Amino acid sequence: MTNNKRITNVIFSAVEEVNGQLPRKQRLEKSIDTILFGKSGKLDSLALVNLIVAVEEKIQEEFGVTVTLADERAMSQTNSPFKSLGTLADYVALLLEGQTNSQG
Amino acid sequence: MRITLHYSWRDRPIHKVENKVILITGTRKGIGRYLVEYYARKGLEVIGCSRNQVDYQFKNYHHFCLDVCDEVKVRDLFAEIRKRYKGLDVLINNAGSASMNHILLTPLKTVQDILNTNFVGTFLFSREAAKLMKKNGYGRIVNFATVASILKLEGESVYASSKAAVINFTQILARELAEFGVTVNAIGPTPIKTDLIRSVPQEKIDGLVGRQAIRRLGTFRDISNVIDFLIQPQSDFITGQVIYLGGVS
Repeated sequence: MTNNKRITNVIFSAVEEVNGQLPRKQRLEKSIDTILFGKSGKLDSLALVNLIVAVEEKIQEEFGVTVTLADERAMSQTNSPFKSLGTLADYVALLLEGQTNSQG
Repeated sequence: MRITLHYSWRDRPIHKVENKVILITGTRKGIGRYLVEYYARKGLEVIGCSRNQVDYQFKNYHHFCLDVCDEVKVRDLFAEIRKRYKGLDVLINNAGSASMNHILLTPLKTVQDILNTNFVGTFLFSREAAKLMKKNGYGRIVNFATVASILKLEGESVYASSKAAVINFTQILARELAEFGVTVNAIGPTPIKTDLIRSVPQEKIDGLVGRQAIRRLGTFRDISNVIDFLIQPQSDFITGQVIYLGGVS
C-alpha cells in the first residue's frame, strides 16, 4: 500500500472515531473533499480538536512516529492544513516526509 | 481506570471510578520519590520520570529518563503509556527547580531553566495527558504551585513567577478540560525539607514559616493528603483550585 493510501486510511479511521462522538447531522463523510470547518464545514472547534488528536494517535499506531499536527508551521500557513480532509492528508504526508529525512 | 455501576441513595445509577494509572514527574528524589512509594504501595500502576535513573524500584513502578521540557521525549513517553496501560487516570506535575537569588544576580540561563522545568514541563505533560484522559472521559491533573507566589518572597522572583504561571495555567486548563471529565487543581506547599530549600538560609525559612497560620515545616504526608483528596473520583466537582498548606492565603 502506498504511503498516501495509508495516510488516507489513517485519517478516515480517525473520522470514524470522531463521528462516533458526534450527532448524526454533524458527522463527516469519509472523502478527501470533506470540508472540516468554515462556512461549509460541519465541525465546531472542539470537534476539530478531537479529530486532530485522533489523527495524531492513529499516525503513531500506523507509522510508529509521533507528530504534532498543530505545530508552528501549520498555524503560520496562509491556507490552513485543517481546511479539509484532503489538505489534512497532504500536511500529514509533509510531516512524515520531514520525519523520514531527519532520521535518514 | 475501573468503572462499576453503583446506586446512590436516590436509586440513581452512578459511575464509580477507581484510579489505576498515575504518572508523576520528577521522581528521582524528594516529594516525587515519596509519592512514587506512596502510590505504589497503594497498588496503583505508577509511572515516573526524571533526567537521571532512580536508585529504587517497585514492581508496579516504571521509570523513564527524560527532561520534562523535551517535547519529542515527552510525546514518546505518552505513546508508551497508551500502548502499555491504554490510558492514564492521574498526572502529578511535581518536577520543579528553584534558584533563590536577587534579580541583580540572576543569570538569564537560570530564568530559562526554571521556566522550562516548572512551566513548560507542566504544559507539555498536561497537554499530552489530556489527550489520553479525554478518551476515557476521566482524569485528574494536579500541579505544583508554591506559597512563595502569594507571600511575594524576596529572592524568589523567578521561581515564584514561574509558579504563578502554573496557577493561572491550572485555572484556565480547568475550564478547557472540564467537558472531558478532567479536573485540574494545584497544591501550594510551604517549605518542606527537600533539596529544593537546601541552600536557603535557616533564618529565611524561619521567617517564611512565621508567616504561615500554622507555623511548622510541611511534611510529605501533608502533600499526599491534599493530592489524595484532589484525585479521588468523588472530587469531580472540584477544579481550578489551589490549595495552600499551612494556612497561607
